[in-house]
Amino acid sequence: MPQHITLKDPHRESRIYSARTVAAIAIVLALLAVILTRYYALQITEYETYRTQSDRNRVQLQPLPPKRGLIYDRNGVLLADNTPSFILSIVRERVSDLDATLTALQGLLPISAGDLENFQKKLQRRRPYEAVPLRFRLTEDERARLAVNRYRLPGVVVDAQLLRHYPHGALFSHALGYVGRINEREAFELDESDYRGTFHVGKVGVEKYYEDILHGEVGYQNVESNAHGRVLRVLERHAPVPGADLTLHLDIRIQRAAVEALGDRRGAVVAIDPLTGGVLALVSTPGFDTNLFVNGISSKDYSALRDSLDVPLFNRAIQGQYPPGSTVKPMMGMAGLESGLVTTESTVPDPGWYRLPGDSRRYRDWILRIRGTGHAPRVDLNMAIAESCDVYFYDLARRLTIDRMHEYMSPYGFGERTGVDTTSERSGVLPSTRWKREAMGQVWYPGETISAGIGQGYVLATPMQLAMATSVLASKGQRKTPRLVSSIDGEPVAAPLLEPLVAKDEHWLAVYEGMREVVHGKRGTAKYLSKGIEYDMAGKTGTAQVIGIAQNAVYNEDEVAERHRHHGLFIAFAPMEAPTIAVAIIVENGGGSSAAAPIARAVIDTWLLGEAG
Amino acid sequence: MGDYVRQMPHQGSSDLAERPSTAMRFHIDVPLLLLLLALTAYGLFVLYSASGQSMGAVIRQGRYFAVAYVIMILGAQVSLQRYMRWAPWLYLAGVGTLLAVMFFGVGAKGAQRWLQIGGFRFQPSEIMKLVVPMAVAWYLADRILPPRFKFVLIALALVGLPALLILQQPDLGTALLIAASGLFVLFMAGIGLRYIFGAAVLAVASAWPAWVFVLKDYQKQRILTMLDPESDKLGAGWNIIQSKTAIGSGGWQGKGWMQGTQSQLDFLPESHTDFIIAVLAEEFGLRGILMLMSLYLLILLRGFWIGLRAQTSYGRMMAGSLTLTFFVYIFVNMGMVAGLLPVVGVPLPLVSAGGTSVVTLMAGFGILMAVSTEKRTVAQGM
Repeated sequence: MPQHITLKDPHRESRIYSARTVAAIAIVLALLAVILTRYYALQITEYETYRTQSDRNRVQLQPLPPKRGLIYDRNGVLLADNTPSFILSIVRERVSDLDATLTALQGLLPISAGDLENFQKKLQRRRPYEAVPLRFRLTEDERARLAVNRYRLPGVVVDAQLLRHYPHGALFSHALGYVGRINEREAFELDESDYRGTFHVGKVGVEKYYEDILHGEVGYQNVESNAHGRVLRVLERHAPVPGADLTLHLDIRIQRAAVEALGDRRGAVVAIDPLTGGVLALVSTPGFDTNLFVNGISSKDYSALRDSLDVPLFNRAIQGQYPPGSTVKPMMGMAGLESGLVTTESTVPDPGWYRLPGDSRRYRDWILRIRGTGHAPRVDLNMAIAESCDVYFYDLARRLTIDRMHEYMSPYGFGERTGVDTTSERSGVLPSTRWKREAMGQVWYPGETISAGIGQGYVLATPMQLAMATSVLASKGQRKTPRLVSSIDGEPVAAPLLEPLVAKDEHWLAVYEGMREVVHGKRGTAKYLSKGIEYDMAGKTGTAQVIGIAQNAVYNEDEVAERHRHHGLFIAFAPMEAPTIAVAIIVENGGGSSAAAPIARAVIDTWLLGEAG
Repeated sequence: MGDYVRQMPHQGSSDLAERPSTAMRFHIDVPLLLLLLALTAYGLFVLYSASGQSMGAVIRQGRYFAVAYVIMILGAQVSLQRYMRWAPWLYLAGVGTLLAVMFFGVGAKGAQRWLQIGGFRFQPSEIMKLVVPMAVAWYLADRILPPRFKFVLIALALVGLPALLILQQPDLGTALLIAASGLFVLFMAGIGLRYIFGAAVLAVASAWPAWVFVLKDYQKQRILTMLDPESDKLGAGWNIIQSKTAIGSGGWQGKGWMQGTQSQLDFLPESHTDFIIAVLAEEFGLRGILMLMSLYLLILLRGFWIGLRAQTSYGRMMAGSLTLTFFVYIFVNMGMVAGLLPVVGVPLPLVSAGGTSVVTLMAGFGILMAVSTEKRTVAQGM
């Protein structure tokens, strides 16, 4: 065999080996060069990219939500504060299996479908490494359970956050409004960067109107954290600017007096200081606990509030539009005097009813049903106000005509929003021929002027408008936009001044005298109020007929009767010589003004005489 | 040194040959030893930071090194003839234990790699990294080189059998390393270029069937991940994205010892084992990488030098194969961490924490030292 003949040749083998070694070294060098090129590319060429990426890994921009401004009443009583609450959030980037994590969390604490839905929505809009809230208001027990299981829940974070709290709950529900979780539409409208890390926004009321001021400015900090999301140190910090604190004109004592006086009846009370335009009380009953809304009200609680026959979510004080009834008579009287159609001496015959010339229809005075006759054979302005004579004002209205009535009544704030610093205010209706043409496409009928003259027919006003009108009356024509907020962070905020209503002083005094007699006169419609009174009060009663209850579709037999009773109204200011409070009150289905007038007494007593009163 | 003398063994009676140095007497290759000491010291330095400043980890690794150095020096004392005589028996025993693993082995993480004897766990595939080249070199040593086709085939079978047994454990990394170590022997034996090109063509041609029939799903996933780590950022791609970020963010200077944010803040997985080079790159920058590569290159060159000076075919082939295998560790590990190669379980030699690979590698260096100091003994014996 050939290999037996061929011998091993050490020199040849050595030569071949050397050649292979050279080749091997060449390959090794070439491959090391490849590796080195790769490291060069990563570390030198793409250094910036990876440096940034590594910083992004470890450094996160954390928003620092500002502390929401507090709200106080005029005495410094805290009405809205912030209390710490614990939030469960998830950093998506640190969770490898989100579904598994959510399942694990659901084993530890209740997470509702709504929580999950909100979470999923927010997840879509988050920034990388941003903690997305899943559950709010963790209990101590839930926090403990999370802490124990933390090791197996990477990316799950529990943070403390300040949450709005209303210490007085329902007492100020309609005066303050409330904050709630930012919903999708709001998230779209709000400046995203201002609301990083903030989950709540003012929804209604003062909380919404002053949102920009209460919210403050968001801060941020750069923190270094490890792969498990644990913050190790703060690298840079820009402190947030807390929201400004608001002090309101509201007085908790009056607010409480009004709520107590209303009791379980449906109604509204608005009190205004005529000197400042400040709103001293804004009550609508029934109220509701605004704290329920802060973290998303449960659907059960919500439907209870929404479906209640008493519509507690409806802010009667600024949204409720009622026929003001006879409470417009003092303003109508001013219109008569200023227009020269009546004087303090002029009288009108009062048989208990009124008839338009050339018309057979009789417009009845309310007293006809009681006495079978009028207030007196001839009635002057003083008596017309004190005894609430309808015939006097039917006649005045006819002669004034609806459009001039509109002209004289507008300065009191009827027919347009007062512009009070809260949300959802409605404008009421102060009819005119133009209004009817535009709103209803119909011509004005003279008979409609007659009912408008006593605050019925098309005339509608909110309690806020009535209070403003009373305030204009009390201050002899000084017109101010009502304000809830008196100062922002200690800086006083004046109520915007409107063009004053100029009228002769003796005209004011004549009307005042009529209003004084409502309370203090022998035949005043609210003379029962004067019992034990320590100051002079000017008032005016009113009764509004209930035509129907639009908001409610379902009601039982017993309630039908109750809900068809007249609304009771009352306006008042005091003390007469230098008024410091003007109030407007409505008690729904109160039967008459006697339901409302004692509430005014309680409110004004509290204001003028202190809590003892 | 008596290098010159050893090139001429028949002049063994010269004065220099009469007085062998202490290192020679104990079969120590001093330059190699110094390089290894420098490398392992560097490795411990990096490990301290990579393990999260754990002195415990450094001491544990230091103990492994101590054991490994002892094994290396003991291994250097064994003559090459003896290694050659042992080779076939070790090979048979090795294949036997691999078969035993297949039937009685214990596993972890879905792979069956260990044999449990009493309380002692033992991974036969690790020993085969040395035994396979020994066996192939033994088979070829006495034949005329370059070997004829028939012998090449038999040598390939010697390589293929253990490699396939390990592949089915499954342990792709080790199988590839073992196959490489055997094939390097053939390469250094001088097999014709047509074999090499043939093998290359075969490798390319077998890529498709291997993908379909051989590779397991997780192995395919690793290859896909290497090609596009962004496709699964939080899953399989996480490791590679984080290691590239660590390396890249180190720049030229590095962030400083124990200052690597990727490694210190736990973004880098396996930071003290397979991915330790990323810690080094992040904290010492490209400078540190160049220093490490220089050390590796010097060790490789020393290994090639030892092979070139070796007297016997067996010594030459062993030296070449061991050196090239050492290089494969370096290349595969540095390549995979930098996202050039798929992630396979190959540590950074003598730097990654762990005992098994250190002992095997150092035992290999022991054989290399035996090769380095072989001639004198042989010459004296002549």
